[in-house]
Amino acid sequence: MENNLIASSAKKARKLTEAEIAEIEHEKELYPDNQAVGLEALKIVQKHQGWVSDESLLAIANYLDLPIADLEGVATFFNLVYRQPVGKKVILFCNSVSCWIMGCDSVRSHITDTLGVDFGQTTEDNEFTFIPVPCLGDCDRAPVMMVGEDLHRNLTNEKVDEIVAQYRGKD
Amino acid sequence: MVDNPLTKNIDMSRPPLEVGAYESNDGYQSLHKIAGGLSPEDVLQIVKDSGLKGRGGAGFPTGLKWSFVPQGPDSEQQKYLVVNADEMEPGTFKDRLLMEGDPHLLLEGMIIASYTIAASKAYIFLRGEYTKSVETLSKAIKEAYDKGYLGKNILNTGYDLDIILHTSAGRYICGEETALLNALEGKRANPRAKPPFPQVSGLWGKPTIVNNVETICNLPGILTYGVDWYHGLTKGKDHGTKLFGVSGKVKNPGCWEMPLGLPIRELLEDKAGGMQDGLGLRGFLPGGGSTDFMLPEHLDLALDYDEIAKVGSRLATGTMIILDDKTCPVGMIGNLMTFFSHESCGFCTPCRDGLPWVDAIFREFEAGKGTEKDLEILREHVDYMGPGRTFCALAPGATAPLGSGLKYFEEDFKEHIKQKRCPYKH
Repeated sequence: MENNLIASSAKKARKLTEAEIAEIEHEKELYPDNQAVGLEALKIVQKHQGWVSDESLLAIANYLDLPIADLEGVATFFNLVYRQPVGKKVILFCNSVSCWIMGCDSVRSHITDTLGVDFGQTTEDNEFTFIPVPCLGDCDRAPVMMVGEDLHRNLTNEKVDEIVAQYRGKD
Repeated sequence: MVDNPLTKNIDMSRPPLEVGAYESNDGYQSLHKIAGGLSPEDVLQIVKDSGLKGRGGAGFPTGLKWSFVPQGPDSEQQKYLVVNADEMEPGTFKDRLLMEGDPHLLLEGMIIASYTIAASKAYIFLRGEYTKSVETLSKAIKEAYDKGYLGKNILNTGYDLDIILHTSAGRYICGEETALLNALEGKRANPRAKPPFPQVSGLWGKPTIVNNVETICNLPGILTYGVDWYHGLTKGKDHGTKLFGVSGKVKNPGCWEMPLGLPIRELLEDKAGGMQDGLGLRGFLPGGGSTDFMLPEHLDLALDYDEIAKVGSRLATGTMIILDDKTCPVGMIGNLMTFFSHESCGFCTPCRDGLPWVDAIFREFEAGKGTEKDLEILREHVDYMGPGRTFCALAPGATAPLGSGLKYFEEDFKEHIKQKRCPYKH
């Protein structure tokens, strides 16, 4: 982890891939200026690279001709832009009020016990990064969490075990 | 006659209706009515007459909001509609149902609204986490273009409209309409000073209407079936139906469409099945995390905007969070304070510094280290972060459960101090 962070502080833009550029160009048609495209570009790069490294951020700023500090301000503002490397799947764990009432704390402890990670950490096998997320808007089926793009509802310890096994089995 | 206009097409056990099936159930009829000769002024009058109020939380009359958009040859020609689909209020899960269950209803409503305010571009500002909604809405938008409900010269009216789906990168403050506009412009989502109001100077400085998903979903019914029908849906002062939700330890948590004005008891007991066995009702937040607690004695009040306001709370999103008698009220409020503290945009001092302070005090209470002095500081913060003290409504929203909780559950705070631990933990 530490090595990654040190490596990522190199101040040299990486080359955006053709696929990234194509998607950024598509977004440009939907907005009247490049500033609005900046956030979209951050999401696009993250989709392809898993996270937004300093090198990626510089590349986007150069490509769209945006001030680096502005883009960094936006990148660090939003919960779902990752400025550090994450595992293959991000677990977005809802710990807001309805999930709390329905016992999400004990599910959280179970995840920490079985995966060996607390909020903000990535498993040793680089499979999962575990982070909290504000209310996921599925409160009648609390507790809930997302793994990657998928929503999982009515969580229990047993269900969490099944879900983890499922994702691990996919590799 | 239809009595559930918002959910008549929704059946979550199957995918949402495709455009053909949607049309055959009166879908897009309102646009044919418009094409038959309703001017934007006519539609505005209909929406004003309907009495529709915003369903995002504030309850502001929709027609009145629209009427603030400058019109005429001298006005700014580019105007925007933005749909606030950034559902992130704790305990709120109603817009998700509409977007995943019947995406064409939202699109039809957006076309009506955009036509009325003369917007040629409309953005849906959607929560990034709502991946299923991205799927259902993207598909529906494509179908609507293919059918000529979107694009150039819609139904030969000469009116053009594009709808653009924007997914957010996650911050609660984006639900505040001016912060949302900054986010859409690719800036940090700090709220803007008002005035100017977005209706006059909004997205990229152009006149902009920001409406909630559920508000927009009311429009097709109003246009298709008429104002009299809409008024006939309810018996009370407020018109139309609304989505109401219940979460917490009830037998059957869920989300239902009901006419405004029914007693709260009907929602909690008939729909949600009452409390789980062995649990009593201690209190509830009637419309999401930033509303004031209400008590069991309020169960016979009507679910409408004015009635709930009379006891110092707000109907807001209409999604209730239930506090049972085995769950610690101090813990529940503490959970909300952690949320608000995390989601403060950090722009103004009372919110940026006040909320983390309040949150830290709740952690002290949780650890059995709360004091009388702490209680005093919490009470002071209800005032320091209250309405009028901050740049936007985030911190005042946090003081709603905080202030009412300190009032109604004072004995629980005192027990934490006395026992030096949480009395609900065994």
